[in-house]
This record gives sequence, C-alpha cells and structure tokens, in this order.
Amino acid sequence: MSTLHTVNKSPFETRTLESCLAHCRPGDAVLMIEDGVYGALSGTALSDRVAAKAGAVKLYVLTPDIAARGLPEDRMIAGVTGVDYRGFVDLVAEHDRTQAWL
Amino acid sequence: MSEDVKKFLYVNRKAPYGTIYALEALEVVLIGAAFDQDVSLAFLDDGVFQLTSGQDTAAIGVKNFSPTFRALGDYEVTRLYVERESLEERGLSAEDLQEITYEDEDDDWAEKPSIRVVSREEMAAIMAEQDVILSF
Amino acid sequence: MEYKVNGHTIPADEEGYIINLSDWSKELAEEIAKSENIEMTDEHWEVVNFLRDYYEEYQIAPAVRVLIKAIKKSMGPEKGNNKYLYELFPYGPAKQACKIAGLPKPTGCV
Repeated sequence: MSTLHTVNKSPFETRTLESCLAHCRPGDAVLMIEDGVYGALSGTALSDRVAAKAGAVKLYVLTPDIAARGLPEDRMIAGVTGVDYRGFVDLVAEHDRTQAWL
Repeated sequence: MSEDVKKFLYVNRKAPYGTIYALEALEVVLIGAAFDQDVSLAFLDDGVFQLTSGQDTAAIGVKNFSPTFRALGDYEVTRLYVERESLEERGLSAEDLQEITYEDEDDDWAEKPSIRVVSREEMAAIMAEQDVILSF
Repeated sequence: MEYKVNGHTIPADEEGYIINLSDWSKELAEEIAKSENIEMTDEHWEVVNFLRDYYEEYQIAPAVRVLIKAIKKSMGPEKGNNKYLYELFPYGPAKQACKIAGLPKPTGCV
C-alpha cells in the first residue's frame, strides 16, 4: 500500500514540499510538478534535505515542467527521476492513492 | 456499512481567512457528507489555525466559519485529526483550540471530543490508510 | 426578486432567498411564506425558529437529513420525520423553510 504525492509549489515560497516529505512513508513516491520542480534542483538550500529522502522515497520530476522553466536535467538532484505525462499516469496507476499537496 | 464505503480524508493545510481554501474545504466536507462515506479531517501545517477558539471576523467583513466545525458531528464527521508538531511549531497547544464534540450513537449518545491530537508519524499513517485524500 | 413589507423593499435572489440576512423579520417571513403558498402556523414557526437557532449557532443551514435528525432529538420523533416536515413544507423542509427563515440555501442543496 503506497501513496503517490504530487507537489506543485516552489519549496522556496511554501513549505509544502518539506511537509510532504515529512509525511511520506517508505515506498511512497513524490512527483514534483509545475513550480514544485524547483525542489528537484541541486545546489540549493534545500537540496540536501530532499536528497536525504531519495531511497526510502522515490523522487520524480515532471520533465515538461523543467523544460518549460529552462532547467537543465543535469542540474537535478541525483536520485530524482524525470517522467513525462505518460510516466505521470503510470505513477498514478502504480500507487494505491494520490495525494495532491497544494 | 456497505462495501462501497470508502475512507475519505480531507487534508487542511491553510490558515482560515487569507485564502478561500479553508472555507471551500469545509463546504466540500458538508456536501460530501451526504454520500455516506467514512469521512475524517486532518489539520496540519497552517491548517491548525482553522481551529483556534475565539475567532471574531466582524471587523474584516468575512464570515466566521469556525462555529461550523461544531456542526460536523451532526453530519457524522466525528474525527478531526490535528498534528501535534504543527501546533507546537506555531506556539499552540490543544488548549488553544475550540471544543468540538459529537454524540456517539453506539454509546447512548454520549458526547465525545472530535479533535484528536496525533503525532506527525501517526498523521502519516492515517494518510496511508485512506482510499481517497483531498488536499486543501 | 424582491419582497415588500410595510412599504420596504427587501431584495432577494432569483429563487426568492433574501440577500441580506439582517433584513429578516417575522412580517417578512409571513410574506415569503405567502409567495410559497404556505400559511404559517405554530408548527411552521417551530421549524423556522429551529432553523434560525441552528444557523445562529453553527453559521450554516443544515442539510435536510441533519435537520430531521436534529428536530427529532429536540422535539421528538413525531415531528422529526420526513412526512411531518414535508407536509409543512411540501417543496422540501430545508429548502422552503430556510427561505422563510431568511437563511441561505442549505449547502449542497441544488
């Protein structure tokens, strides 16, 4: 029984990503979408905290949203997997529930 | 309860009057309560501010909907989970929250508290046992 | 829509719910009831007053099943049932009685 969490807010503006990560259980997945993708950037004040979760929790980022924002894929935190819309749908199907953090 | 009953959790993470989220969530809960599902509410992060006692919106010209939480028992919504860490981070404790009760049909209509303060870990476990989670 | 009471005009929405809850008065309630083809009796008033008290306490107009349950609890099963309340308010106790009570349409009532 696992949950797919989506986060669509920049972690530099709201604490949604942090709260989401704090409520994840092992085996859950977090997909960063829209402004949430900034949470997947390496070299930020939050990268270490996000990276520390990779492993117990699977981290994903929606590639159309990072492309739209001009963020190179090689700037993503190691352990974050890029998915397209089809991959998003697959993730929803693979988990028992989706929690869309706002 | 039939097999069609699903566990619904409404997650409240926003303070009450700065945005419309909190009021909208409450309205969705009241409407959704007509569908005979197993409904509970979670309050974490700034959502805990929704339940403080003594709210008075007269001077800001918006409706004070905090009394409406006390009607939830009539709608058979009897579990309001409040996260302890979120309270503490905001300098609050359970004593700062309004009293919300329900009457337990299975216990001779005894009045019982609806608010249950839980740890962050317990909150994560509560989320993990739901069929549907709606976030606000 | 609007109602006229003692020479005053009280604005209402297209379904007849008054716009400003503070415009309500017993005279207005009689007027709204008339437009709903209801003649207010003590029994009608009992339900209307109950709804106003409920709104005062909780800031919502209760859904019909909640209303029925609450009336059953406070006035007994002979009044807290569908049949009794629909006889008083044929178009629905929550909807019609709320209108007469000067409250907004119950949440979730379409």
